[in-house]
Amino acid sequence: MVCNNKTDVIVIGAGPAGVSAAITVARGGKKVILTERGNFAGSKNMYGGVIYDHAVKEIFPDYLQSAPVERFVSNHSYMLLDNDESTTITYKNHKENRNAFVSIRAKWDKWCVEQAIKEGVYFAPDTLVNGLIVEHGKVVGIKTDLEEYYADVVIIADGVNSLLAKQIGLRDEIKPKQTALGVKEVIKLSEEVINQRFGINSTQGAAYELVGGPMTGMLALGFIYTNKNSVSLGIGASLEDLKSKKIRPYELLEELKSHPSVAELIKDGELLEYSAHLIPEGGYNAMPKLYTDGAMVVGDAAMLVNNVHFEGTNMAMLSGKYAGETALEAFEKGDFSSDMLCLYRKKLENSFILKDLKTYKSVIDILSTRTGSFLGYYPQKVCEFFNIFTTADGVEKHGKFVKFTKDFFRKRSLSELFKDGISAVKLIFGVLK
Amino acid sequence: MCDKISENLDNKLYKVKYNTDSENHLIPDVSKCLQCVEKICTIICPANVYNYNESEKKMTVSYEKCLECGACRIACRHINWKYPRSGKGVVYKNS
Repeated sequence: MVCNNKTDVIVIGAGPAGVSAAITVARGGKKVILTERGNFAGSKNMYGGVIYDHAVKEIFPDYLQSAPVERFVSNHSYMLLDNDESTTITYKNHKENRNAFVSIRAKWDKWCVEQAIKEGVYFAPDTLVNGLIVEHGKVVGIKTDLEEYYADVVIIADGVNSLLAKQIGLRDEIKPKQTALGVKEVIKLSEEVINQRFGINSTQGAAYELVGGPMTGMLALGFIYTNKNSVSLGIGASLEDLKSKKIRPYELLEELKSHPSVAELIKDGELLEYSAHLIPEGGYNAMPKLYTDGAMVVGDAAMLVNNVHFEGTNMAMLSGKYAGETALEAFEKGDFSSDMLCLYRKKLENSFILKDLKTYKSVIDILSTRTGSFLGYYPQKVCEFFNIFTTADGVEKHGKFVKFTKDFFRKRSLSELFKDGISAVKLIFGVLK
Repeated sequence: MCDKISENLDNKLYKVKYNTDSENHLIPDVSKCLQCVEKICTIICPANVYNYNESEKKMTVSYEKCLECGACRIACRHINWKYPRSGKGVVYKNS
């Protein structure tokens, strides 16, 4: 099928965005090559993280029959950490809930590509794309270690660092405050131990967001996700904060693991793998130009992540789908110019993707100015309150609550409280407006 | 404390599979390193790839430990950062 070094579409990067784009193109009857720089799809990938049913169904309607799902998430817990204390709020849905599931990327991405191959996608692993070939302002192909390859449309799905989108000027270099560094350990525990410690059964799964503790005052959150026979424990921390506070990411992870409320969840677990990855957190304001003559940018490369809700894999898959559909329409019209490919952006605008990114565009900017309070002081106060509320020690309650209330205002000046209040209002109205 | 942490990191990296490239893909501009006060690469890297020897005034780059995240290239503008060549570098199996 591949001759004369020319095909219809080349997709660079076999993550969720790339594979969705490639399979959409193949289903439309066009020839497509999907490149991957690793030995297999998923071998370079890491995430928090969960995959969302609504997006997967649009690409693989029957995925439940054979996809490597670890566990569907039934319990969402928010754990606020103080030094030796924690307060956890858990939302549990007892109805059958298939909203989101956990999977291991080395298995999931690989499975997705296997489906794509079955549907006619030509998969090229061990293929690093070093650069894009541009002629008269139009992207016409790719350069690999071995050769040059040409296509009418190139879909750029090369991930958060997207050296290729940068090469052709679609985006500026990302700034430390527009990215978070994720570090994670996958820790082996038996299924029974996981079920018991997380209060779930084998058909259920737990997701934890961890606030405060060693991350106090930073734009950083910890996370725990239950796999079948292991748990993923990690931190996503603003690169700007790690940089300015001079914090080594693996030290922060060790501190989090040693918090007693976290330590008891992973006790006697065996480390299976350690990994690190950047997360695009710039949101709407940091998005690159999404298309040019002959090319479109999808997934992490396009910075399509809603970090407040931990959504990224769904935006990746659907952006890939929209880019694939746009490529097919471009073939129908015989027009691969940016005037045609702007349809891709319109599709994103009409979907939840750009609507949500617009809604949340100022949230992180506001939060990053108040991390000391929203991700530090208040979570600590919650733990302190529950300590008082639950302790019987022969001391009368009135005095304790008066002291708690006085301390609340003494330790945080009125002006700081006022700023927090303004920020809270801005956050709410930012989302509701 | 520092030794304990580096031992911790060694234990973590011991579990990571690599298909090591024979060529270094991370080239800092060493002339800039000499003047750089912060040396943020030695702190921010989750695999501790960059080490600066103060007495020898020398930056060593253990590129074979690199997890290919890109944190160093965002935090420092003086690293010629590329991916390892086709099929080389880190191979995640459980993440």
